[in-house]
Amino acid sequence: MNVYLDNNATTIVDPHIYEAMEPYFVQKYGNPNSLHAFASDTHPGIKSAMEKIYAGINANREDSVVITSCATESNNWVLKSIYFEYILTGKKNHIMISEVEHPSIIATAKWIESMGCKVTYLPISHEGIVDAQAVKDNMTDKTALVSVMWANNETGAIFPVEEIGAICKENGVLFHTDAVQAIGKLPVNVQLFNVDYLTFSAHKFHGPKGVGALYMKKGKELIPLLHGGSQMGGYRSGTLNVAGIVGMGKAMEVAVDALDFEMTEIREMRDDFEDELLKIEDTFVVTPRSKRTPNTILISFRGIEGESMLWDLNRAGIGASTGSACASEDLEANSVMEAIGAAEDLAHTAIRFSLSRYTTEEELKYTLKVVQAAVVRLRGISSSYAYAPEGHESGLGSHH
Amino acid sequence: MGIDSLIGGTIWDEYSDKVTDLMNNPKNMGEITEEEAKEMEARLIVADFGAESCGDAVRLYWAVEPETDVILKSKFKSFGCGTAIASSDTMAELCLGKSVDEAVKITNIDVELAMRDNPDTPAVPPQKMHCSVMAYDVIKKAAAQYKGVDMESFEEEVIVCECARVTLSTLQEVIRLNDLTTVEQIADYTKAGAFCKSCIRPGGHEEKDIYLVDLLEEYEKEKLAGKASLGNDAAPTSDFAAMTIVQRIKAVDKIVDDNIRQMLIMDGGDMEILDIKENGENFDIYIRYLGACSGCASSSTGTLFAIENVLKEKLSDKIRVLPI
Repeated sequence: MNVYLDNNATTIVDPHIYEAMEPYFVQKYGNPNSLHAFASDTHPGIKSAMEKIYAGINANREDSVVITSCATESNNWVLKSIYFEYILTGKKNHIMISEVEHPSIIATAKWIESMGCKVTYLPISHEGIVDAQAVKDNMTDKTALVSVMWANNETGAIFPVEEIGAICKENGVLFHTDAVQAIGKLPVNVQLFNVDYLTFSAHKFHGPKGVGALYMKKGKELIPLLHGGSQMGGYRSGTLNVAGIVGMGKAMEVAVDALDFEMTEIREMRDDFEDELLKIEDTFVVTPRSKRTPNTILISFRGIEGESMLWDLNRAGIGASTGSACASEDLEANSVMEAIGAAEDLAHTAIRFSLSRYTTEEELKYTLKVVQAAVVRLRGISSSYAYAPEGHESGLGSHH
Repeated sequence: MGIDSLIGGTIWDEYSDKVTDLMNNPKNMGEITEEEAKEMEARLIVADFGAESCGDAVRLYWAVEPETDVILKSKFKSFGCGTAIASSDTMAELCLGKSVDEAVKITNIDVELAMRDNPDTPAVPPQKMHCSVMAYDVIKKAAAQYKGVDMESFEEEVIVCECARVTLSTLQEVIRLNDLTTVEQIADYTKAGAFCKSCIRPGGHEEKDIYLVDLLEEYEKEKLAGKASLGNDAAPTSDFAAMTIVQRIKAVDKIVDDNIRQMLIMDGGDMEILDIKENGENFDIYIRYLGACSGCASSSTGTLFAIENVLKEKLSDKIRVLPI
């Protein structure tokens, strides 16, 4: 049996969405900006998709939702444009981000930091959540931007976007939120919170890869990152990804329709699965369920290094994820586990299961069995549960 | 860079079949109890290395025969990823039947070589090399316990890059000889810093006493102070020009053995000397790369410069190295 439980990384493209995109490869392939029928043939599809995208986040018609190539581009765009417009010119000198943002925010912030911008990395609590009070405490009259994600990709923790938005508004500071993990899992309404910029990406909600977006509130438009043929109103040049935009539009429509299902059925399946996992001895979950996206579990199995667990899961056809350093190209530790201040011996043991509307009860039952067997096998190998003669001083609990 | 590094791949694809098999079914995984050791009339040694908080930890069990110092039984338990478990398993296997003094001579490179499916292909991707280092360290810890000495006493030289086992003195020499200014150059010439990257600068996977950036800084300072002695000034060890062709080949071979070969073998390659010809006032040394070296991009740049510079310094500044 193959079970895909890595939906926070990417999702299967919904066949209906794939179907909606299909005509835009071989039949309606014109460049939308040309002057002929090949071009005009694409217009109704693009227009209808844009309407759906606007409706999905409740954007005003006067606001701009610019389609980009990915969330990474959208996030880079916000930080770099703010740098060029406010920091480089000396109008402001400071931005704030949370310490557990996606790498596309952290790495970009570090880059502009190296160019002279002050960056505050807002800490997270033991539950994995940023405290809005920290935003207030670090605010100065030279703060240009606050960028805090709507929900965390690793833990699923939901951040107090509404409160942070209000604080930013009070202080006249721009507010950006990376909502990549929120669309399709939580109601996202840019009118309710004081959101100036909002990032999302189609492939996280059953749309195609390579299609991101950036919402910009009217009057808060950024200078472009990509200059060229003035597509997307001049905000983002480059020939429109017609099939991608159509796919994102359809994906947004379906995601909004499926939101109730996500917040009830998927949550229930997730909760039941989590209950069963927690029955295994020495397992730990950090963020309380009520403060998490409905589909995510980040769970630690004491004594089992994350990559080893993924290995056993993969052998059984199950795809999950770990932030464990050992499983990454660069050996960097799971920043979320470190930031939470989890017990040190658990830092490399966290496994993330992320469900979707395609996940079935049967799949979760099978996964549970596989996890139970893997825990027995891997704890059997693990030094954490190994025999030591009397009087043996173990050095394994501490740093070397 | 290039096509292979652009897409990146899963690190698991780079594990050898042996590593995969050992992860699935570790052979020497297990424990030795006091009672068991007693029955064997052996001394039980239990040594720990690493820490769960660092991502890998290993416990090594030895039953050692007191009269002969021979390791009769060798078992491990490990908290870590697949390569850590496979390396620990291989390490435990390599210890078996050896005396404690022999076991201490096992290095992480031996462990890695033993896990290769064929001699030319590394068993693990570069960033996983540090897993085998832990396997080596725990042997030293066990031996130190057995002998009642300090673990550091087994290390004759200061090792800066443990993955590639590059010593402080080698690094200082290579940096000076080749006037290196970047950590990338150091990796090209010596392989130091090319694996888990902990030794490059503080903040990596493991904390170190000496970092490559420190060595570069030290050399920069020396240069500023006008004290840097470049390779050109170093006196050749003997008169290369006066040697016969056979002596020359032997001399070159020895320098290659002492300074170069280990580095090439680490990468799954090797080289052979084909001929040495006098060409005007120069000595042209023709070499052939073997295994992974043939076709490797740095075989015509970094590696080649390293070979040429060492030979120039040790034998004659008129040497030119020409790969065929």
